[in-house]
Amino acid sequence: MHPVITFAHNVLPFTKGWPDWVVYVAIVFVVAFGILNTLVAPLTGISTYIERRMAGRAQYRWGPNRVGFRSLLDALPVTRWIGRMGDIGPVKAIGRLIPGGLLQFAADGLKLFTKEDIIPAKADKFLFRASPYVVMAGSFAAFAVLPVSFNFRAVNFNIGIFYVLGISSLVVPGILMAGWGSANKWALFGGMRSASQIVSYEIPVAISLMTAVMLAGTMNMTDIVNAQRSGYGIEKAGALGWYVFRYGGLMIVPFVIYFIGGCAEVNRTPFDLPEGESELVSGYHTEYSGFRWSFFFMAEYSNMFAVGAIATTMFLGGPLPPYPVQLTEQLFGGMGHLGMVLRFLEGFAWFFIKSYFFVLVMIHMRWTLPRYRVDQLMHLCWKVLLPIALVWFVLMCGVRAVRMEMKLAAQPAVAEVTR
Amino acid sequence: MIAALGLAVKNPATWVFLAFAAVTCGSALVVAVSRSLVYSAYALLLTFFGVAGLYAFLDADFLAAAQLLVYVGGILVLILFGVMLTHKIRDINLSNESTNPVVGAVISGFLFLALAYVSLMTDWQVVEHPASATSGEIGRAFVGKYLLPFEVSSVLLLGALIGAAYLARREKREA
Repeated sequence: MHPVITFAHNVLPFTKGWPDWVVYVAIVFVVAFGILNTLVAPLTGISTYIERRMAGRAQYRWGPNRVGFRSLLDALPVTRWIGRMGDIGPVKAIGRLIPGGLLQFAADGLKLFTKEDIIPAKADKFLFRASPYVVMAGSFAAFAVLPVSFNFRAVNFNIGIFYVLGISSLVVPGILMAGWGSANKWALFGGMRSASQIVSYEIPVAISLMTAVMLAGTMNMTDIVNAQRSGYGIEKAGALGWYVFRYGGLMIVPFVIYFIGGCAEVNRTPFDLPEGESELVSGYHTEYSGFRWSFFFMAEYSNMFAVGAIATTMFLGGPLPPYPVQLTEQLFGGMGHLGMVLRFLEGFAWFFIKSYFFVLVMIHMRWTLPRYRVDQLMHLCWKVLLPIALVWFVLMCGVRAVRMEMKLAAQPAVAEVTR
Repeated sequence: MIAALGLAVKNPATWVFLAFAAVTCGSALVVAVSRSLVYSAYALLLTFFGVAGLYAFLDADFLAAAQLLVYVGGILVLILFGVMLTHKIRDINLSNESTNPVVGAVISGFLFLALAYVSLMTDWQVVEHPASATSGEIGRAFVGKYLLPFEVSSVLLLGALIGAAYLARREKREA
């Protein structure tokens, strides 16, 4: 019996009469609920915080950089004096360490909670209300299979990456629902643009991900991570084992295609036509306010993180560190339970560092690049990214086939079954 | 039969199955009888989702994800585009006229009876340990036993693609 099920039987005795898989499903639901509320919500909060700080720097908007502990200190004369101390002489560095703007996202959440929930009189009330849930379900469900640390994920799904592609397609009808339900032409245009963009870019994205799947020979995300532990015939390869650096750097092309397509799928600049302020007010969520509006933004930021996390898993080794992971495995392996915790934290840290690197790049792109035109957008997808992705997929198939032939020729005694 | 039903009711798995079946059938009913085409299209979303759930329930995980990817992500979006780009669809209640209710009821009633008879009379094989990973088997079947039908259908799709591109392309007039 699975230890988790035994644990559930011990803690909640009434679950003993249930079949194992029902208990398992119940546990998965509870864990997923916990992860969503303790992980995804702060993730989006942190992302908005970074976004604000970067936007503040890029556009010389200092406001969001100040709301935080510094302004709390400034509230009272005594504490203000303490805060000022931070600016003087040798303690200046300490004062700098107190981050500005840190309380902004908490304040934002509070504001959105208390805002009036406006539904336009002519809106389709049911679709208008349902849309944020559909969008959020589609983007949050992808988190279930992300390998956030070594052999640690909510569900060990043997079709992991395919499931992510499938479930995230729920977002498209959700966005169209918002656009239609709002009874607003801008919203409808925004929804249409967004849907067509996501549907188009799904294809190069899927093909570039398929390249990595083909190399790993599995769609299970944990197995894909484990396939990147070694490479170039070296057992302790470290960063060299990651798919971006494998095969003499050939995999950089699908990786870049995935990242470009991923940015387009989450409607980030330079692909933010669905919300182009100069043309569409703010696209499919024009009519939304308060917490419903924030649902769309939580979905957007968690999608950004998911794109970064998938890029990390498929091409950058997921939770694998850039140094050979076998070293820390040996080190922590002899430390018992503490070692297990340390190992978990190690993988967790690397996974989040790498994923957040992509979030940072996306934010940087937003405040640097101008927006595409619709025709340029479609041109890039169908005439540039898709052919390159297809050709590269065939090329990598050839490379893999040749290498397997070489392997078979080198050791004819081992009859390896080609998978 | 009755005893088996009683046993099944006690099993929570039955309730999960019934929930999926209810979602599928209920939303399919909305697809058929709703007066608004947009609501029909969105009810279809739930139908596809319910069917994906039933696939997942039958341990056909790859099929479930493919159902979501192809039907929800592709076909449903296409239908929604078609509906939403229809001229003045909101003003005129032209959508989903129900015609010939009696004939329809008779035909679907007979279909239901036939399907129910078949499903009750079939001696179903119960698999104790279903395959945990179906994707590998499906892949081998595609490039092995069913290679020719697979390739022929892909050529068909390519033909459809070229035809669509030809229709959508605006001919440049010779000046």
